[in-house]
Amino acid sequence: MLEKYAEVAGHDVVEHLRQLAEPLKGLRLVHINSTKSGGGVAEILYKMVPLMRELGIDAKWEVITGDSLFYECTKGFHNAMQGNPVNLTDTQLRTYEQTNRAYAQTSEAMLRDADVVVVHDPQPAALISSFPERKGKWVWRCHIDASRPFRPVWRYLRDFVGAYDASIFSIAAFSQRLPHPVYLIAPSIDPLHEKNIDLPIEEIGGVFSRFDIDSERPMILQVSRFDRFKDPVGVIHAFRLVKQFVPNVQLVLAGGGAADDPEGEVVLQEVRSSALDDPDIHILLLPGDAHRTINVLQRASDIVLQKSLREGFGLTVTEAMWKNKPVIGGDTGGIRIQVVNHHTGFLATTPEGAALRTRYLLSNPEIMAEMGNKARQFVRENFLVTRHLREYLTLVFALLNENQERIELGG
Amino acid sequence: MKSDTTSLYIKDCTLIAMATGKRAQNLRELREYLRTVSTNSIYYHFWGGLLRPRFDDPEYHNDFAIWSAHSIYNKPLAERLAVIDPVAFSSLEDLRIELLGLIEESLDETEYPVWANRDDQFEFIQHQIVVFDTRRWVDRPEQLTEILPELSRGSIFFHFIDARRRNENTLDDFQNWLGQFGDPYRETCEAIAAIDPYFSDLKRIKESLIKTIQTHP
Repeated sequence: MLEKYAEVAGHDVVEHLRQLAEPLKGLRLVHINSTKSGGGVAEILYKMVPLMRELGIDAKWEVITGDSLFYECTKGFHNAMQGNPVNLTDTQLRTYEQTNRAYAQTSEAMLRDADVVVVHDPQPAALISSFPERKGKWVWRCHIDASRPFRPVWRYLRDFVGAYDASIFSIAAFSQRLPHPVYLIAPSIDPLHEKNIDLPIEEIGGVFSRFDIDSERPMILQVSRFDRFKDPVGVIHAFRLVKQFVPNVQLVLAGGGAADDPEGEVVLQEVRSSALDDPDIHILLLPGDAHRTINVLQRASDIVLQKSLREGFGLTVTEAMWKNKPVIGGDTGGIRIQVVNHHTGFLATTPEGAALRTRYLLSNPEIMAEMGNKARQFVRENFLVTRHLREYLTLVFALLNENQERIELGG
Repeated sequence: MKSDTTSLYIKDCTLIAMATGKRAQNLRELREYLRTVSTNSIYYHFWGGLLRPRFDDPEYHNDFAIWSAHSIYNKPLAERLAVIDPVAFSSLEDLRIELLGLIEESLDETEYPVWANRDDQFEFIQHQIVVFDTRRWVDRPEQLTEILPELSRGSIFFHFIDARRRNENTLDDFQNWLGQFGDPYRETCEAIAAIDPYFSDLKRIKESLIKTIQTHP
């Protein structure tokens, strides 16, 4: 598998990984999150874990599951971490803790003996309380924009998170003060994932008839869950502003639900109401495994929007950029690292701003193409899974050699 | 491993960034934090850009200058900060003093400090560096021509950038190593010394090194 990555990311990059991983052969590393499908975390782990195994690390991927009360609570955590005031009931919190304790019992030996445990997001964060005598290093990986969390909920979670040996945030602005080292690792996309691989031109053309989209007219696209933070209603507003000047433009809002997101249906209804049966607005509710369809849609579009109001990182931005598309993104969170204003796309804070930039690009196809090419190169150098993997390997050495600014391996 | 003291052992490195929790929203806060942050952090904000995602900014070449220009709109300070060449300072403490001096000067000229947007605060970041052996080495200068094109960005960073703070004479590893071979390589060393690492990226530094070695065999 690594050889295939060498063809995309470069042979030197893969050789670099092999050498770095050499001293870590046999290391027992466990990733824990709350879903195997849907959402960026699952997508990253889907490839990260096999790649670690190919490098000789004994990596495992475990999933904590619970009942609807558990997911309501963890969705509440997610919203609260992004700044929404959320009142969680005692019953919800007790269910959260109980679900974590129950999972800890079923996985006790594996987690107790692991050399490194990476716990993703708040859902399994309370696990650490069940392992006071753990042997390895435990790291809490936060994928959420936690720059301004709703404090009462963060204080509750902080009691668990503070017990970890280290934490990881996607960018410095998301990080919180914690009593341990706080590492910064941006997420990544997998260039060989079905969602990102090159596709035959005929297949891309086929998407138009499949979804009743006119191939002769410009198409703008937002791919994301139906979640208020992704502002799908704001995208429709921006689209209507563009349409006043570019009457033949079409909008595709493509999204799916994640297994741990109970709010998706409500937001989807809001989006449908806002679209008012406009035949040029295509709302596509796609299953979690519709990777190839998303790939086709991204390649078929002229411009990709990601007008999020808050965003953990926004891997759909990276995906679109990898397909040579300029992205008009919300001026928030990780989108600001990927969309380099005026280079790989534009940052916008309002529907009006997004509409203006969309009109500008639709009127300047050469600039659109130039930005798209820059975007792909930027992703190749910075946001592929190979870079992400390198940083995880580096993190393991950093964890095992705490407080050392310079870690020399192998003499 | 060979014990020949004239061999150049090729190493590679990778950095991991760490938040310090120190955030400045205006110039006064930047000055206060700058007084106490580790030199590790100052180093990161001058050189870490080579190993992380960013587009070349033709005007401003370090994080302090970029923030001054784009977040607190202090162009005069940004220009003064941008022109600082970190290589010219014998220690990071000296560099800190220079930075503080320029910021003090700007504060003296400013009636009210401009506040950055809360999402545009200056985030002080530090790093850990992991150095590892590539099990490759060169014994003779002419072998550099073969090995240089194969070096990773991490290796270029380690031998050309990081070396300057490791080596007592603040020279990069290539100059130090070639220096052992005496006069025939003096011109090559001078040509390497002329490569400005501060206004470039690792890809271009590598290309310049290859070109230099090929034209000064």
